[in-house]
Formats: sequence, structure tokens, C-alpha cells
Amino acid sequence: MTQNITSPVDAKTVEKLTAGTKVLISGVIYAARDAAHKRLIQALEESEKLPFDPKGQTIYYMGPSPAKPGQVIGSAGPTTSSRMDAYTPRLLTAGLRAMIGKGARSPEVREAIKKYKAVYFATIGGAGALLHKSIKRVEVVAYEDLGPEAILRLEVEDFPAIVANDIYGADLFEQGKAKYQRGK
Amino acid sequence: MLGKDVLAALKKAQKTEESPLGKEVLSQIIENAQIAERERLPLCQDCGTAVIFLEIGQDVHITGGYLYAAVEKGVRQGYSQGYLRKTIVSRPFSARINTKDSTPPVIHTEIVPGEQLKVICLPKGGGAENMSRLVMLKPGEGRQGVIEAVVKAVEQAGGNPCPPVIVGVGIGATSEITMLLAKKALLRKIGEHNSDPEVAELEKELLSRINDSGIGPLGFGGRTTALAVHAEAMPTHIASLPVAINFQCHSARHQEAIL
Repeated sequence: MTQNITSPVDAKTVEKLTAGTKVLISGVIYAARDAAHKRLIQALEESEKLPFDPKGQTIYYMGPSPAKPGQVIGSAGPTTSSRMDAYTPRLLTAGLRAMIGKGARSPEVREAIKKYKAVYFATIGGAGALLHKSIKRVEVVAYEDLGPEAILRLEVEDFPAIVANDIYGADLFEQGKAKYQRGK
Repeated sequence: MLGKDVLAALKKAQKTEESPLGKEVLSQIIENAQIAERERLPLCQDCGTAVIFLEIGQDVHITGGYLYAAVEKGVRQGYSQGYLRKTIVSRPFSARINTKDSTPPVIHTEIVPGEQLKVICLPKGGGAENMSRLVMLKPGEGRQGVIEAVVKAVEQAGGNPCPPVIVGVGIGATSEITMLLAKKALLRKIGEHNSDPEVAELEKELLSRINDSGIGPLGFGGRTTALAVHAEAMPTHIASLPVAINFQCHSARHQEAIL
């Protein structure tokens, strides 16, 4: 069963999403990875205005390859989410509602996802060419000097992902591993 | 582009995978390779650190400029003209400034017999590289110690290195050489085992143990965590048993040319 959802994701939808649910995301998401996160957190600490208000928004951990002439974007798959773990609870307190990336999150992030009623989606790591097809518009929002690590505003259509961590504390990675583990 | 051996291994795994979600992910990975080929896009946006292996025949004499400068120029041109992502930053622990042309590459040279110059390019993605491990075991830990070290590294890596992976294992020599053995092992074609039967046997057991972890494609659970384990062993010190683990994500791309 696949659910079609819209980003920004509203609080009601987040309540319905449970680990293992496949989704197709349409709407607006923001691409930000390591260096951009560091700057966002710095800005929050210094009470500066952020380049975009994270309240209710979705962040995709992604830095694309350059677009060829005539293309909207190059390859655009997820990067490893755990590198953003140190920054995520702070962004969740600022109202961030959803994240898209690859790989499992830390216990602290999972706790924060429960507490602030957010959701973490995993998408298909290494499938940058496939995922680029779901991205319809791209606009640089901030930190252009970071090159592939700039913050981008993306308009997506039917972007495929799966709920990895939900507000009830479930974890797709733990569930999947337990089911297919042998000899222990 | 994805190697034929990798594509064949993915298709085989797609048939044998027990997890429906794992099966679906493997189909998407195969579809991704088809789209990348058709649209001439990178398989993955992480176009990696350009790791270059030069095997230089000892009868080769290079003229007309510095070899490393030529390699660097090639990397610069390839990444710029090929619409590849520039992924290298200078000042790694402080300012982290993107060099904007993916230079400098990482270059390994080896002097070999003959009069040829072989160039191998391995664009190495960061997510998989970050999961690398070096373990200095006690000699008494032996074969079982090696197996436990490798399985532990795979367990800790989970979905991060984009499984199904190819696991490179270096055993013996010294710390730096065993890391290099692990990386070079990734260049071997899937399906080719080490020519030493004892090492080949270890590879088979490791693959089975790794796939029993249940991590599965992208860590979502399943029976396909690794497509292959490639191990290389070398003599070592009486006090030592170094083991290195290096991961290659499913986006396994490398090319070679002989000049």
C-alpha cells in the first residue's frame, strides 16, 4: 500500500504514518546537507533569521550532481542521514516536521521525532538518476558558495520514500533486520 | 556506468531476495542503472573521491611532464565536462572549502614488470567510505577473529553504505597496506574468488554470515546485504593480525585503461 502525501506535511498526516508505510511525496521540500545544517544551527544559536522557516517543512539530505543543459537537476539521491543527527533535535524544536535521507537515526533523534511529532522517511540510496525524475523545479535558497551543499527549494511529484521513524517510536531498520536475521 | 558483473549480481539477488520490500528496492536500483545509462546521468549524485591506481611497468619511461599533474588534469576535465558532482573540500577540519573541480585525486602507484601503464579509476562515494574500519587483532584471534571483525563492521554500518555492498577485506601486512588491500579488493569482478583456496573459503563464509545479518537492501531488512566479499591476505608481523574493511556501495563503478 502506497500513500500519496503532500509536503509540507500536516500534523494530521504525520499521525497516520507508521514505519514501513510507502509514500509518494508531492509538493515542496528543501535540500540541505552537512555544511548547510552547520550554518542553520549557527544561525539559530545566534538568533539570526534563517534562509527559510523550517516550521512544518521537509528537509531532504541531498546535494545533487550538476544539471546538464535542458535538465532541471542532475542525479539527486539521499546522503547518509546520521551525519545530520547532531543538528536534527535543534531543528525539530524549531518546528521541522519531516526529513528524507538514507540509513538509521540515533536514539536521540528518534526520541525527538516522537516528542515533536515529526517523521523521518528513508528513500532509495544510490538511486540518484531514478529520483531526479521526481524533481520538477529547483531554486537556490541560500549558501550558494557551498556548491553542491547549498540549500535548494525543490518542487517534487510522486517522490518515492518509506516511513522509517514515526511518532510512535517504531523503526523500519530494526523491524526489517529482526525479520530477516538468521542464526542468532 | 554500472559494471556488467554488478548488474548481473543485482538481477540474481532480485530473484532470490525474500523480503518483498528488498525485492522492490533491488528493482529500483536496476531501473536506476537503466535510467542513468539512457539519460547519461551519474548513477548516484555522489561522484566520489577520484581514487586512481597507476600500475607502472618498470620499463616505462614517462616524458613530457609530471605524471601526477596529468592525472590531476584528467580528473579536473572529467568532473567538469562530465557534469559530475565536485565533492572534494580543502582544509578538512576547519573551513572545508570546495575545490570546485574534484581535485586533488587520491593516487596509488605500483611498479610492476613490463612496459605498460595501467590506469584504474575508482570514484569512491563518501557514505560507503565513512564505514571503513581498521582493526588490529591479536594473532591468537585468528580466522574467527577476522570473521567477527568483518561482521561487526557490517552490522555497525547498517543501511549507511547503501547495501547491497561489496565488502573489501584486507588481512595482514601493516595498518596502511591492509587498508589498501581492502580497497584494491573492491576492483575485483563479482564472482571471482581469491586464488588462494583458504582465502576463497573465508570469502564464502563471510558472505553467508553477512547476509545472515538481515540488514538487506538499503537496510530495510532482507537477505541481500552484500553481493560479494573480496579478501586479500599478505604476510604480517609475528605480533600482528591487521584487518581492514572497506565498503563499495551498490553503485559500483570503476574503469581501467592501458596506455
